[in-house]
Amino acid sequence: MLYSPASMHIPDGFLSLVIALIFWAITAATVALAISKTNKSLGEKQVPLMGIMAAFIFAAQMLNFPVAGGTSGHFLGGALAAIVLGPWAAILVMTSVIAVQGLLFQDGGLLVMGANIFNMGLLTAIIGFGLYRSVASRSKGVRLTVAGVAAWLSTVTAALVASLQLWLSGTSQLQIVLPAMLGVHVLIGLGEAAITVAALAFIEQTRPDLLNEKAVMDKGGRGWVFGGVLVSLLAVLFSPLASTSPDGLNRVAKNMGFLQLGHSAPFKLLANYAIPFLGKTPVSTIVSGAVGVLVVLGWMFVLGRILRRKAE
Amino acid sequence: MHAEIFDRFHEADSLLHRLDPRVKVVIAVLFILSNALLPDGAWAAFGLAWLVLLWANMLSRLGLDFTFRRSFVALPFALAAVSAIFSPLGHPLAEWTLGALKLIPTDYGVIKFISILLRSWLSVQVAILLVAVTRFPDMIHAFEHLRVPGILTTIVAFLYRYLFVLTDEVMRLLRARQSRSAASPGQRSGRSVLWRAKVTGGMAGQLFLRSYERSDRIYNAMLARGYTGQLRTLNPHILRASDWRIGALAIGILLLLQIIGRF
Repeated sequence: MLYSPASMHIPDGFLSLVIALIFWAITAATVALAISKTNKSLGEKQVPLMGIMAAFIFAAQMLNFPVAGGTSGHFLGGALAAIVLGPWAAILVMTSVIAVQGLLFQDGGLLVMGANIFNMGLLTAIIGFGLYRSVASRSKGVRLTVAGVAAWLSTVTAALVASLQLWLSGTSQLQIVLPAMLGVHVLIGLGEAAITVAALAFIEQTRPDLLNEKAVMDKGGRGWVFGGVLVSLLAVLFSPLASTSPDGLNRVAKNMGFLQLGHSAPFKLLANYAIPFLGKTPVSTIVSGAVGVLVVLGWMFVLGRILRRKAE
Repeated sequence: MHAEIFDRFHEADSLLHRLDPRVKVVIAVLFILSNALLPDGAWAAFGLAWLVLLWANMLSRLGLDFTFRRSFVALPFALAAVSAIFSPLGHPLAEWTLGALKLIPTDYGVIKFISILLRSWLSVQVAILLVAVTRFPDMIHAFEHLRVPGILTTIVAFLYRYLFVLTDEVMRLLRARQSRSAASPGQRSGRSVLWRAKVTGGMAGQLFLRSYERSDRIYNAMLARGYTGQLRTLNPHILRASDWRIGALAIGILLLLQIIGRF
């Protein structure tokens, strides 16, 4: 089977109508902006190019590599597309890929497609391009390292936001879905990072003109760096906090009226809920989260070094 | 070419195949919307929606169980909804302890869980039926008529067209990797996970460059054949009286489902 569904495409029925429509509105507005931006900056020639790049992302998802125990690493491609094509073009490309996956393969629903595009197209573009652009003038090792971190973080952030959407829809309990989704995608993200870094290293080696400093700077302004860093920081600080104290989050969401959005009544938390495999205090988890990020950073740095040495 | 992997169209001569693609897309989206609007536990309405689906299966002449047999793609995601069973609203049904976790399923939670699964199962089936009775180029054309921006429909059209070409490319890459990865019996081929990821990344980079350079040639070839930025189709797509009638009938049925679901 060449086409294997990814674990992050939310099917129809799993999000409440209000949440689905809110995310459709955000996505539609952003995609409209991306269309006007690309119409201004790109020639007519770029449209076929974007179509073929969309086919590339789709086809690249068929390349899997065995990891362990029958599971295999699987590629989303959002961060890679944003780095190589620029953020606006990447948003259009990922929108088309997710639309075809939903329509043709029923991998992700139609009514919830706005949320799926938001998670896997918009967030990955902001994080992928924003972080990469911030180091565009640095050495190759730094750039590849940051690209790997961005690819990892975009996968994790997409999973984080997907679990928040499921929670706000009343489909899942936050204290169960959040650690589960994050736990799985922290690992899946490693594969994403490895493939993204290796692909970029290969492209740098064979077509350096596509990834030189000027080419990257031209594709999006400084605002992307700001947005990318902001979203990344939010995701890094928010995930451990939300995993350890879902009560607080529930209370905030209830006070602000978010939970009524999902057509279930507000949640009341069970007293005895404890998540055994996570730490007790938020502080300790933020520390461990930071340590985790450092480990990934270090790992990506080593990988970048190895690849660079191979390239030379 | 490996058209059989991606083409979900099933040839037949039926009412649904002949229906205007716009009408089909709108009915399918409205059906999914109707499922989302049905309240939890509206079993009668869910049951009737399923009967409507069976009827549509029959009309498509693809077999009564056509969509049912293919409807389990979204099943793995049901795992995400399992925690709804333990919603603290409603009356507890039992109490299970699982390590440090205390799980209390409630009647409200169970109803919610089953309703979510039913909604998703019905919605997936109508999407399966939609792509089985509509050719993909016709569907893209329908979206163009429904005011989806032209740049998106063009990208999707190119995506669909070149997916087959790039799939062949992927197969060549996979075959090349396989033919260079011999393994002695009882021993795994390849080195560490990191090394394997690097090989796969190299393949992705190679695929990217081949597609990128190919897109140049494709564009030139298209210009040579008179491409003006617009994809054309031979099907006129004119809404006939019968299309309107079937669309109205479907909307009527969906309204009826909503009324039944709410009272």
